[in-house]
This record gives sequence, C-alpha cells and structure tokens, in this order.
Amino acid sequence: MASSQVLSFTRTAIGQKALVAVTGIILYGFAFFHALGNLQVFLGREAFNQYAEMLQSMPKLVWATRLVLLVALITHVVLVVRLARRAREAKPAHYRFEERMDPSEGILRRYARQTMLLSGLIILAYIVFHLMHLTVGAVPGLFFVRGMAYENLIYGMRTPWVAGFYLFANLLLGLHLYHGCRALFQTLGLRHPQWDRRSFAMALSITAVIVGTNVIIPIAGLTRLVGGELPEDPQEVLRTGEEKHTVSE
Amino acid sequence: MDLKSNTPTGPIEKRWQNHKFQLQLVNPANRRKYKIIVVGTGLAGASAGATLADLGYNVLSFCYQDSPRRAHSIAAQGGINAAKNYQGDGDSVFRLFYETIKGGDFRARESNVYRLAEISVDIIDQCVALGVPFAREYGGLLANRSFGGTQVSRTFYARGQTGQQLLLAAYSALSRMIAAGKVQMRPRCEMIDLIVVDGRARGIVTRDLVTGKLEAHLGDAVILATGGYGNVFYLSTNAKGCNASAIWRAHRRGAGFANPCFTQIHPTSIPQAGEYQSKLTLMSESLRNDGRIWVPRKPEDCTKDPRSIPERDRYYYLEEKYPKFGNLMPRDIASRQAKFVCDQGLGVGPEIDGVRRGVYLDFTDAIKRDGVEVIREKYGNLFDMYERITGENPYEVPMRIYPATHYTMGGLWVDYNLMSNISGLFVAGEANFSDHGANRLGASALMQGLADGFFILPYTVADYLARNGPSKGVDENHPAVRSAIKEAEARINQFIEVGQKGTHTVDYFHRKLGMILWNECGMTRNEKGLRKALEEIPKLHEEFRAKVKIVGGGETLNRELEKALRVDDFFELGVLMCLDALERDESCGCHFREEHQTKPDPNVPGSYGGECVRDDERFAHVAVWEWKGEGKFARHVEPLNFEYVKLEQRKY
Amino acid sequence: MGETIDLKLHVWRQSGPNAPGRFEDYTHYAKAIPTHASFLEFLDIVNERLILAGIEPIAFDHDCREGICGMCGVVINGRPHGPRKATTTCQLHMRHFRNGEEIWVEPWRAKAFPIVKDLIVDRSAFDRIIQAGGYITARVGSAPDANAILIPKQVAEEAMDAAACIGCGACVAACPNGSASLFVAAKLGHFNSLPQGKPELDRRVLGMVTQHEKEGFGGCSNHYLCEAACPKEISVKWIAKMNRDFIRASLRYAPPVERKEGYG
Repeated sequence: MASSQVLSFTRTAIGQKALVAVTGIILYGFAFFHALGNLQVFLGREAFNQYAEMLQSMPKLVWATRLVLLVALITHVVLVVRLARRAREAKPAHYRFEERMDPSEGILRRYARQTMLLSGLIILAYIVFHLMHLTVGAVPGLFFVRGMAYENLIYGMRTPWVAGFYLFANLLLGLHLYHGCRALFQTLGLRHPQWDRRSFAMALSITAVIVGTNVIIPIAGLTRLVGGELPEDPQEVLRTGEEKHTVSE
Repeated sequence: MDLKSNTPTGPIEKRWQNHKFQLQLVNPANRRKYKIIVVGTGLAGASAGATLADLGYNVLSFCYQDSPRRAHSIAAQGGINAAKNYQGDGDSVFRLFYETIKGGDFRARESNVYRLAEISVDIIDQCVALGVPFAREYGGLLANRSFGGTQVSRTFYARGQTGQQLLLAAYSALSRMIAAGKVQMRPRCEMIDLIVVDGRARGIVTRDLVTGKLEAHLGDAVILATGGYGNVFYLSTNAKGCNASAIWRAHRRGAGFANPCFTQIHPTSIPQAGEYQSKLTLMSESLRNDGRIWVPRKPEDCTKDPRSIPERDRYYYLEEKYPKFGNLMPRDIASRQAKFVCDQGLGVGPEIDGVRRGVYLDFTDAIKRDGVEVIREKYGNLFDMYERITGENPYEVPMRIYPATHYTMGGLWVDYNLMSNISGLFVAGEANFSDHGANRLGASALMQGLADGFFILPYTVADYLARNGPSKGVDENHPAVRSAIKEAEARINQFIEVGQKGTHTVDYFHRKLGMILWNECGMTRNEKGLRKALEEIPKLHEEFRAKVKIVGGGETLNRELEKALRVDDFFELGVLMCLDALERDESCGCHFREEHQTKPDPNVPGSYGGECVRDDERFAHVAVWEWKGEGKFARHVEPLNFEYVKLEQRKY
Repeated sequence: MGETIDLKLHVWRQSGPNAPGRFEDYTHYAKAIPTHASFLEFLDIVNERLILAGIEPIAFDHDCREGICGMCGVVINGRPHGPRKATTTCQLHMRHFRNGEEIWVEPWRAKAFPIVKDLIVDRSAFDRIIQAGGYITARVGSAPDANAILIPKQVAEEAMDAAACIGCGACVAACPNGSASLFVAAKLGHFNSLPQGKPELDRRVLGMVTQHEKEGFGGCSNHYLCEAACPKEISVKWIAKMNRDFIRASLRYAPPVERKEGYG
C-alpha cells in the first residue's frame, strides 16, 4: 500500500502550509516586537535613538535575527507562491458566475481571505521599501543619516506619499494578519472548541497592537503630533547633528 | 426445473453449524486460481466481494453508479436488527426467527430465517469493528430502539442514516481489497446478460456506460447482488437507476424467479406532486404515533384549505373503522385504507390521472396537547424534510401522505447456499427471495444483505468452487460467449434504430407501465384487474418496442438507451408479477387479494375485517417461475414445511 | 399547486473529456416548469422536450434523489448544489427560483474531476483516496463483541458528524483551490475519532493525504467555502484535525518493512 510511498512532509500541501504558518508566526512575532519598540518614538528623540543605538550595539544578535527573518520570509513567500500555483493548476476553469457562496460571511473576513496573495505581495514590496528607507537609507530624496533613527523616521513620515504608503501597507498588513491569525490555528491543527475563542481573541489583540502602532506613527508624524519639535528643514538637524557629533567625539 | 433447497435437517439451532462443517473448503494456495464475479456493490455485493477477496479469491466487481459507495442500500434510514439482547428485554435468536417467519406470513423457509437471526449477532460485531458509528449510550454501550412495533428493542441505528453508515463500512472493506489488488472494480458498467455454458454460470456480458463497449467477463462463479425491482412501478422509493435487468436476464437464461408478486408498500411516503414526479421519498412511520390520519367527508372539500374544514366534516377513517388501533394499524392495512378512500374520491392534494392520491396526517391535536416544542423535538428533522420537498409547513398545515413501494421480497430463487438453480450463479440481498416471505419486518433488509455477503456466501461459494474446480474450456471465443455478446449487440442496435424514428420517450412508457401495475398489482389485487393488466402490459410493451424515442448512439454515454434496456425488462417482469399474483389465489402478507379477506365479526367489538386470509392448504409454498420463451412462463413449486413455528392467522 | 414558472436556462454541454464545451441556451425548453418539481425533475422535463425535438438530452449524474447517495450535483449560478443551504441538487425545488430567472448550469470544475460528458464529472479520485487508507482493517470472523469496545456517546456522535459525508464533491467544486481537504478530513475524522480506528491512524492519514496530492487537488487555504457548500454541513474543524494528525504522523511514523507475504 501507500505506506512506503508517502510523500515527504514538505512536498504535501499540508506540510507546506504548516511551514507557511510557522514562518508566519516568526514574522508575526517580529512584527509585534518591532511595533512595541517603535512605540518608543512617543517617548521622544533621546529615548528612541538610544533604543536604536542599543540594538546596533549587539551586531551578532541583530544579524542572527535578520538571518532568521530572511529565511522565514523567503520560505513564507516561496511556499505561498508554490501553493498558489498549485491551486491554480487544480482549478483550471472558473464558473460563469461567482455568486457569493456563503452570504452569512462578514465582508471583512471575505475580503481578507480573498486578497491574501495580493496583500502579501504588497506587504513584501513595503518591507523592501521600508528596509531601503530606514535601514539602508537608499531611497533617493528621503532623509537618512545613519545613527539618527528618530530623525529618519520623523522626516520620512512628514513626506505625505511615504506616510500614505506606510498607512496603506499597514492596513493591508492588518487584513493579512487578520486572516493569517485565524488560519494558522486551523493549519497547524491547534483548534479545540474550548480554546478557539480565546486563541482567536489573543491573536486578534496582537494584530491590533501591531497595526495600531504602525498606523498611528505615520499619522502622528504627518500631523507633527510626534517629532513636532524638529525643524521643518532637515538640513538644520543635519547641521546641529554634525555639531553634536563632533562634540561627543 | 430442479428446486432442491438443500436445507439441512436436525435441530434448527444446529443446522447452520452442521451445514458449514459439511461444506468443502478451498486450500488457501488455490484460492488465487479462482475468479468470482460480483454484480452490485450494495450491502450484499460489497460485503461479499470484500470478504471473498480477503480470503484470497480474485474478485471482479461491477456497479452502474460512478462509485461503489452509492448503491441504494445507502438510503435505508431506520436501522438494523440483531438478536443481541443487549437490553435484556427478552430478545433471543429464536424470537427474531419466530417474528420474521410470522411477519412474513409463513411464506419463507424456516432454516434460512433461523440462520439469518443467528448471524444477525455477528453482523453488529463486524460492523462496529469496521467503524460504523452506531448510536451509543452515555456509558459507551450500544443503544437500541424498538422498530416497527416490536416489543423488544433490537434495532441498532446511526441517526437516520444507518444504511449509509453500513454501506460505507462495506465499501471501505471493499476499497481495502481494491488497494490490495484482489478486487478489480468496474464502476459505470452494467450487466446486460449472463453467460451460461453447460448449465453453469460462467460469466456475464456488460456494457460500459461511458464508452458503450460490450464486454464478456468470465469467472468461476457469478454473484448477483443487484437489489430489488421496485422501480417496475416507475414511482417507488428506490433510486432512479435501480433495475431488474441483471436478475431478469439471468431468469431468461434459466434461473427461477420466486414469488415475483411479493412487493412491499410503505404507508407514509410524501405523495406525488405532479406527473413529472420522478421518485417518492419515505418518511418515518413513527409519525403515525402522534399524527391523526383523515380525509374530507365530502368530495367538494378535497380542494379546500384543510384548516377550514370543520371537525364534523373530517373523516378519521382509521380511527372510525378500527377504534382499537386507530392510526397505528399495521402497514399494509393503513396503506390499503388510504388507497380505498382516495379511490372513493376523497383524496387530497394534486389530481393526477383523475385521482387525488393523498391523505392528511394532522399534528394539530398533538401540538395542542404537547406543545410545538415537544413535537419539534420528536419529529423536527422529518418536518424539515417534508417542508423542503413540499414547500408546506407541517406545523401549520396538515402533512399529506400516501403509500409507496419500497421493497420487493420476491427475487431469484436460491437454495440454502444462496445458489440459484443455475449452478455457479449465486444471488444475495434483495435480489434473491430467500428470507422475508410475503412481508419484510422493518430493519431486516440491511441485516439480510450483510448476512448474505459477510457470513454465508464466503462459505457456500467456496464449497461450490471446491466441488467443481476452476472453470476450464471457456474463453472469449467460446460460442456461448460470442452469441451472448451478439445478442446483446443486436438488442441494443434494435433500440437505436427504432429510437431514431420513435415518438415517445422511455419515461412515457415506463410511467404507463407503472400505473397499470400500481393499480392492478399494487396494494390490492383482484382477478379481474390482474387479467386486464395481463392484456394491457404486452400491448404496451409492443408499442414501446416500436415507438420509443432514443436520441444518440450506442457507442457513448446514452442514458435513454440504458433506461430503454431496463424498461424493456420491466415490461416482461410486470407480466410475470401479475401472473404470479393471479395464480396465488390467497392473501398473504403484502399480497392482498380482495377475494380473500376477513369479514367484520358482529359479535366481536372492534372487529373490522379486511385482514389477509391465507390458504395454507394450497399455497404454503414458494412459487418459482421458469422462463419458457417470450412472454411464456411455467410455474413450479417448492413446498414449505413449518416445524418450529405453528401456522396461524394474524390477529390484532 | 399548479403554479409554473419560465426560466432562462443555460446549460454547459460537452461531448467528452477533451471536447470543447460551451453553454447552450435552452430557454425555449424551460417554460412552464412546475414549482413543486425538484431541480433534477426540472432537468428531466427539459430533457423530455429535447428528446422529442431530436436533441441529445443533457447528461447529468443522479441516483437516489433523496440527498444521500451523493451522485448528483451541478453548479447552479456559481454555487454547487444551488442556492439553498444544506441541500443537494436533488432536494432543491424550483419554488426557490423566480419566474424569468436566468439559470446557468455547469459541472463541478476541478482538474482532479475531469468532465465525462455535459454535467457529469469523473470523481474516481475520491475512491482512490479511500483506497489509500479510508478503512479499518477488520477481517470477517475476527471482530470482538460489539459492546467490548466502549465508545463514549459524544465520541460516537462526533464521528457520526464526520461520517455523514456523502462524497458528492461539492467541497471540491466550491473550493477556489480545487482542494478535496474537507472530503479527506471528514473520512479521516470519522475513523480517527473512534478507538477502532486508532491503530491505523498514522498510516491512514499519510496514505490518504498523499493520494489527495497525487490526484492533483489543491491545498487548503482556509476559505471555508467547502463548509458553506457542503450539503451535510460538515465542519472545517475536521480539516484542522487532519492537519494535526498529519503533522504528528509525519513526525513519528516509520513505515514498516514490507514483507513478501500478504498483499500489503
């Protein structure tokens, strides 16, 4: 019988989905702590830059984390694309009408599950942009000085299209995680009538923290609610920054 | 015709054990040399195929559906009987045997029925082991219920889907053997003819329903487990595809057909809604516990809203005629009385062919008495089903019910080994005539199917093989095989040719045939009607063969052609049913000859008459019919002896 | 009672698996349809008219017509088994359609369910999945007394919930990924919940999931449209259980050394 011919775990859709869920959890956890860290922007320039510096002072940890995240992200994306391709092959033709199958389903849930791939791709683009913007500093026209995390962030958010993109991408992230956090319990088989409501509630609150933080920051930056003390012209900061730089050295 | 029943003698409780010891065995190493053909994958077919394959035989299995999981055993709702006496309420193998014989109105073999009751116990064990999720009590023990008015609770059930769960268990066992390579499964493949060489069944001719290809399959034994022929009536509770062709073709090749007129009617089916109606759906008889059955007293009220008819204008005919039992009268009497009032012009519901066939089953009083919640609790799912089909809410408007055909006790004659008079041709389940006599008890059909397949055929088929050895000298080029294929080809081509110029669809003729049989050979029969039917059916058959319309050819999936071949056989079977009903000049069980019924006794209060009057002197036997060429039959008789159960008339 | 409606009917016609298919307009034959007819009886009526007009009737699968055999099933306006919840096509009645309503009838669509003809698809993949482990090995003669295995009522009821699957394939038809996860999970859920099914649990889940992959079904991405389309309302919680059992089995299962004897 099939016993000797079973497919290896990672070649089955369930196995692949489980890996997507596990890597999702890793990215999810990162997003959560990243958001918590970012909340320090409301504590002011000093605190935030110190936090950034503290992280920079642990290169091994940072690079290890980055490696894990990179692997997780690549696995997540590659498997999802593979699964999607497989799904498309399995369903070569569509119906004349796609009437709503389950009229009782809420609009948000419906939209979230239907747009997982699209939201995922946009989030991917957003991550690349975010890294280019605030980690590498390679987005032309946007303020970036290594070691000035607070200023980099605030001036970035003061640019309306940047703030808009952050806003948009994070709302999509919310949608993505909303479906994702429901799905991961299902995918990993961690469901039980006794726990279901609690586990969904927990996952949803974490999602709320992530999205809430990530949405508030661009709005606060754009409306000067945060970082309002910084001069409008970034060059001024740069000048004072250089002074400071020399002084401290 | 050789009708040796091969029933063992001696004490009845030892007969099957002794017989099994007498049966010869096949050496395990030799079993793989045999090929067994099994037609049908219902309870009997699937269980027989799986068990024989597990023993080491090669099995070739056929079904007309797209998967063996769909056979109509799946639709049985109520449950399966077994003399486990788990309830400690006085059940025993002997009691189940006794009640089955009596319920069958003394027209079944004692030895067979005792064996069935004996095996019933093992069936439940086997089914639980296969994973059937039978209903349980809180302590984890199996639950039982009383079914069909028995005084002991011996019915095992899985919600209202017992048949489904048992069939899926048999199917899973069969699937295991398919995976093991011991069963070769051919779905969407229909048996067209039986191949008999030198008096032995050697194979079958099939038509692949997708490609239309005719093929001969040869084997060492053939098992027909193809179900009943209730669809001869057009409207029945059977699945649309159920047919008699396999057993009919075997009959034409020499197999005796026993008691064809024994067809069971169920009193509580949802009535026909229009001429387009394709099948009838049963509802549980338990509804009669709380519902009151009535029709309007005045014909002009029959089209009115039943709620507007005042109490004095309602005719509670069962309660009035039979005050003692009222709405809980036995199945056959309740059915006949419904037909009687409808034929009088008091029926309700849509008028079809000039008659309204329906009576009210009214829960208004029960709802008033117990409250709507209690009724919903008891019958909620049945009410929902009724509403889904009829669009009427039975909590507010009385339900309409009418009797429907749902089981056929008649079938191919078999001996104690379930072998027909053609050597090597075995018949199992509803397709044979063996165990239910003139009437089947509720929850016994599933029991018989699995008894035959799991526990009887594996022994008796082995005995046949051991005695006869592998079949030799018959291959695809044997003249008998070639001619069988040629005949099938010619028959199909004939229909295709006629079909091009035909004027009426297959269903048109089938409906007409069904109507004749339902009227003349249904719930009640009389000599005049049967003679009339015997004239009408052959005429209609001739017309059918000349005027049936079939579009499309034979080399592709062609549902009209499939139907035409089946209906063609139904016509011949219909003639035989009427003939058998005419010759059996008595009433027994389901077979109610109007000439033979009890009269009301004026001295006994509550006496109502209308009961069957058997004629044990002349008819305590199985009537076995032999095919004598187109439309001609010869009647043979297998006498029945009763040593353990005393012949008596049913009294309530 | 005698109420009838006219419908604008479009039916997918395809003469064979590889033939091109197209919608045919049968509005002309879909007039005066009694509202009490079931959807299949509606197709019967159309077919009778087509036959008399010399047109090959629409081929569709059906058998018991009481919602239990699982043979029937067509997609009506994009929804498997039509618009009613928990209802097979044979149990759907025409009273749920409006006079003049446009109806598009199509077969199940999935790569693993090739079209045989018109509205008939080949669902033998389901049979092969069952053959890959959807059973409990219990030879006739070897069964212990039925009451020797105590099964709590709740467990039996749960197993029955899963076992109610009729194998119609609506879950596959509804799934945007063409996945049969709900079917496989229901069968696994039935056997794996029961004590009798435990000894073969790992082998069963690995075998059936592997076969599901080989048949070309897609994976589950938690849309849950299968549950919405299922005429027996089987819960997607069974998919979660399948996933858990599969992950666990993958981690701990070592296939036994196959021996020559036996058929295994």
